[in-house]
Amino acid sequence: MITAPSIIGDLAVETDGLVKTFGAARAVDGVNLTIPRGSLYGVLGPNGAGKTTTIRILATLLRPDGGTARVLGHDVVREAAAVRKLVSLTGQFASVDTDLTAEENLLLLARLLGHSRRRARRRAGELLAAFDLTGAARDQAARMSGGMRRKLDLAASIIVTPDLLFLDEPTTGLDPRSRSALWEIVRGIVADGTTVLLTTQYLDEADKLADRIAVIDHGRVIAAGTRGELKNSVGSAGIRIRLLDPAHRDRARDLIADHQIVVHDEPDPAVISARIPAQQRAETAGELAAHALGRLTGAGIGVSDFTLGQPSLDEVFLALTGRQATAAQPEQAQSAPAETKTIR
Amino acid sequence: MTAISCRERPAPAGPAAASLAFAWRSLLKIKHVPEQLGDVIGIPVLFTLLFTYLFGGALAGSTHGYLQFLLPGTLALAVVFVTVYSGVTLNADLTTGAFDRFRSMPVWRPAPILGALIGDIGRYLLAGGLVVGLGLAMGYRPAGGPAGMLAAIAIVVLFASALSWAWITLGLVLRSPNAVMSIGFVILFPVTFMSNIFVNPATMPGWLRGISDVNPVSHLVTATRALMAGTATTPQVLWAVAAAAALIAVFAPLTALLYQRK
Repeated sequence: MITAPSIIGDLAVETDGLVKTFGAARAVDGVNLTIPRGSLYGVLGPNGAGKTTTIRILATLLRPDGGTARVLGHDVVREAAAVRKLVSLTGQFASVDTDLTAEENLLLLARLLGHSRRRARRRAGELLAAFDLTGAARDQAARMSGGMRRKLDLAASIIVTPDLLFLDEPTTGLDPRSRSALWEIVRGIVADGTTVLLTTQYLDEADKLADRIAVIDHGRVIAAGTRGELKNSVGSAGIRIRLLDPAHRDRARDLIADHQIVVHDEPDPAVISARIPAQQRAETAGELAAHALGRLTGAGIGVSDFTLGQPSLDEVFLALTGRQATAAQPEQAQSAPAETKTIR
Repeated sequence: MTAISCRERPAPAGPAAASLAFAWRSLLKIKHVPEQLGDVIGIPVLFTLLFTYLFGGALAGSTHGYLQFLLPGTLALAVVFVTVYSGVTLNADLTTGAFDRFRSMPVWRPAPILGALIGDIGRYLLAGGLVVGLGLAMGYRPAGGPAGMLAAIAIVVLFASALSWAWITLGLVLRSPNAVMSIGFVILFPVTFMSNIFVNPATMPGWLRGISDVNPVSHLVTATRALMAGTATTPQVLWAVAAAAALIAVFAPLTALLYQRK
């Protein structure tokens, strides 16, 4: 397991051996997290891994059965009120009131947070404009699309800019356009100085958004670090080669492969990828590339496209858990026991 | 994207302001989903018309005569039946995740529940007013006059607000709004019918009269009748108030305990 390098300054989240059980199921089974302030931290894991339960503990909605958790320096159990003043939660299922209009949802929360009636109205207007929801301000939330409701949910979470924002699977069930719109908003929130703790079961989401990632499975953190660290932990960078003629693929594969290089056929019939599986330093990738291109050129096999890069998070996940990441269904109710996971 | 941050951190709303904000939420829900007043309007109208004309001839010889006896009971019955929805709406908030947000905010914890209850009191007043208004139109003439009627409505609404806590407790325990509604009605039917609402308990067999005599609903109806008739004694009113107080004493702390644990 990779540990985070020493952190300067204070931490947004620090948990030690966090445990939460539901009956016999240990939904969270000794989670250790160290999340620096100012980052976008991704918690990646399959359905039922314990992501939502962890977030609910950190947001003071659940009491842990064991271990400790400090959020922005405050203990989540003993100083829950102090934590609530600094954090904001966007739950897994949009928690806006679907009977109310978009504007009324924001007004209600702004009033609860202590804004005057006038200030609340102005703030709601600002947020609706910033999130491109002005046209829907007077629409009942029930009549808004899933993507718009999600945006409204996010807007509701930053009425007063929190120091730490929990985003529990913010894009589950959204279409690609709504997803990228939401990602833009999340990046904007981080740029404004808010620390974001995001859970996701989508590897590309963690890859695109998060500075640091913890991979969680069966209620435990099985790896944590920067994207690069995680990827390096499963092997060196690899190469992808697209051949001019798919008919040459078998020969190309035999030419490149040797006792320490593994070559795969990719789904695209003209593409092969090659990797040295053992722990290697980054420069090995260059040698691998030189070796592969040299052999192909020598044999007169044309190459149309070539990329050199780190393994994908998919491969990281596979290497860490021994199975493919699942990314289809939204996570079941947070009390779902960890063993309901399916292997796909 | 335009500036979206708001570093200004006002002091969060106090207990009273937060509760009122949640009461405002209840009113907005009624404004946008007026269908939810269906029960508040339907039950009082149905009960007043149905029981008066159905039982009047058989039980009292005339519908007019029975109305003078029955109407205070109908008032209590209709308002008490409407209370179940306190638990239903609370449960809906829990199952949709709306409460997760409220509970992760720096807001006085009981505020969502108390605010919803304030909204519910508005519903009880509407239901009670409908019964009395309809009764007057049908020929009900209480000796206690307007003051008696207002006092009767007040004590019924007080009792109903107290009983709401029982459904709120149920709403925290059960898994779906529908479960709250069906269990609520299953409890309410025997509790309201085994009382002095429809008939004089003197006509009942001994065991049933025993139940009726200790039934808090009977105490409520006795006080309501007396207030309407202008003959209320202090003990009559005190019994009804005590029944309400007992309900709050049992279910409010139970609600608080369950809510903290959620």
